[in-house]
Amino acid sequence: MSDNSFLRTSSQRIAWIATIVISTLVFIFLIAPILAIMPLSFSSGSYLTYPLPGLSLRWYDDFINSPRWMNSLKNSMIIGVASTLLSMVLGTLAALGLAQWKSRFKPLVLAFVLSPVVVPGVITAVGLYFFFAPIGLTGSYLGLILAHTALAAPFVVITVGATLQSFDTNLARAAASLGASPLEAFRRVILPLILPGLASGALFAFATSFDEVVIVLFMAGPEQRTLPREMFSGIRENISPTITAAAVILTTVSVILLATLEGLRRRNERLKGGGV
Amino acid sequence: MTTASLTGADPTTEVPLKRRLRRAERTRQVKALALVLPLLVFLLFTFAGPIAGMLWRSVDDREVRRVLPQTIAALATWNGKDLPDEKAYAALASDILAARASGTVAIAAKRLNYALNGFRTILTSTARNLKAVPEPGTARETLGKINPAWRERTTWTTIKDASGPVTGFYLLAALDLTRNVDGAIIAAPPDQAIYRDVFARTFLISISVTVLCLILGFPVAYLLATLPPGRSNLLMIFVLLPFWTSLLVRTCAWIVLLQSKGVVNDSLHWLGIIDEPLRLIYNRFGVCVAMTHVLLPFMILPLYSSMKAISPAYMRAAASLGAPPLTAFLRIYLPQTLPGIGAGSLLVFILALGYYITPALVGGAADQMISYFIALYTTETANWGLASALGAVLLLATLLLALVYGKLVQGQQVTGGMKN
Repeated sequence: MSDNSFLRTSSQRIAWIATIVISTLVFIFLIAPILAIMPLSFSSGSYLTYPLPGLSLRWYDDFINSPRWMNSLKNSMIIGVASTLLSMVLGTLAALGLAQWKSRFKPLVLAFVLSPVVVPGVITAVGLYFFFAPIGLTGSYLGLILAHTALAAPFVVITVGATLQSFDTNLARAAASLGASPLEAFRRVILPLILPGLASGALFAFATSFDEVVIVLFMAGPEQRTLPREMFSGIRENISPTITAAAVILTTVSVILLATLEGLRRRNERLKGGGV
Repeated sequence: MTTASLTGADPTTEVPLKRRLRRAERTRQVKALALVLPLLVFLLFTFAGPIAGMLWRSVDDREVRRVLPQTIAALATWNGKDLPDEKAYAALASDILAARASGTVAIAAKRLNYALNGFRTILTSTARNLKAVPEPGTARETLGKINPAWRERTTWTTIKDASGPVTGFYLLAALDLTRNVDGAIIAAPPDQAIYRDVFARTFLISISVTVLCLILGFPVAYLLATLPPGRSNLLMIFVLLPFWTSLLVRTCAWIVLLQSKGVVNDSLHWLGIIDEPLRLIYNRFGVCVAMTHVLLPFMILPLYSSMKAISPAYMRAAASLGAPPLTAFLRIYLPQTLPGIGAGSLLVFILALGYYITPALVGGAADQMISYFIALYTTETANWGLASALGAVLLLATLLLALVYGKLVQGQQVTGGMKN
């Protein structure tokens, strides 16, 4: 520990130990439930408790051979990827515009753009349900993709906006003064620099859609049920070990997303540290 | 001058250049706005529009007016004190016959039944038993014979109240209020007055979860902010992994752990601590535990970034000036974490207010929060007016708190809570 100079008296030491003990308990509280559910998915029995009677992959087998679960995984992917792409286009354009736009209305516009994150999911879902039903967008992929794009776009605006804030606009000017067309300057100077920010935005967007269940609950027909939606009904009806297999699959996706994001962040910090 | 500024022929005068720069700047601004515009239009269609539509539904009251147009017109001049005149009865009879022909009786019956329990029967029985248009002058007698309720003033005030096109009925109902026969606002009958309880419960659960998150999150944030970056980054995974794990997975995990034949009860039984399984889930305890687990990262991250910004030099200075550790902590460190505490608590509270999935899955009937009722009235009973009114109240509360939150984090890093 580099900074222990404050641990001089015994009472301070006790306070510090207490902090460590409490924090450890909180870390266990945070992580244990997620870890506890994983081994159960490899159980050979059908009771969700320990000790495991034996190990098997039967619940994964069950997952893969169930058209219901596989269809929901496919739906999650389709809706996730499509809404990521759409929110990336809309969100990146908006972030680029907001970075240059100077107006006293800017905070207001920013608040509006970010509001889908704050408004409770049920309210958005009910509003969309009323709004999309008459125009035939409930029970359709398009309706869900549009709705998830609205939820994901704010994250793209935040992430890409943060990257643009640290972006040196003189570089774009330099490119222009050296004769690059605006498009060329964007493609060869701006884009490579903001690419990590774009990637983080895309990950946030995908995670938002991949996790979303309230809107799906209101708007999806039986054809469009996503993985979290299928888990919701599974938990409601009766928790079978197949759900734990689904949970492990979902968590694996989360871990991959998190690891990629962390990698991007580290790369970015390295570039910042060494570059300027 | 216009030609000069366009051609740039006269570089010695200053005004055209200034104007040209201003024009270039304006073009830039228009271009910037044009980039934001697609998202704004998109959100108008997929977010703001739908929510505005929901708010409109909370006051929209056109069903009865559509089904009983002549009655509503005849009641327009009614004083509301005595029974309406023969004209209104004749109009009602004719409306009911028309509605029976077009199959719309149920629409009006459903709306009127919200306001007066039993109205559905009054209207449907009348529609069933009314053979033909009554002879002129006998409408009141005929209708009264079919159902004596038509001789009651309440029946008619209910129709008049529901004559639209807008109403405060649903919004009042969302606050356990109603109008009496004379139009004064009074408390709703006890069997319908459940929403203040639900709001109070929503508030109570949200506050409990916020306090739990603060108690659990503070030491963790302090530890992470105090440890050297290498270690704290490693420990940060314990916060970020749950943060990124699907809500459904975490809720499912708590059910597996806490249910009566779950991991916790089995372990306690095996250890001989308990004989009967403890009731840990499908009650308030389970809701609070699961929600605290889900929302804790939202407390830790803003707390962490506010603590990270506090220089350790302050504490050393306090110590060197003779402050005992506890005094230094309470008077120097804690005040500087207040913005972080405020931001984290508000964020957790705002998110908790609108929670639906977790209480729906791990709560009992008495633990359902306001979102559950909004969902219930939307998809199950199709009482869209009431669902929208409850939604409007929840939205208002959320936006007010978000406004406070926005003021609070202004100046602090906006993204501090979202990204590590």
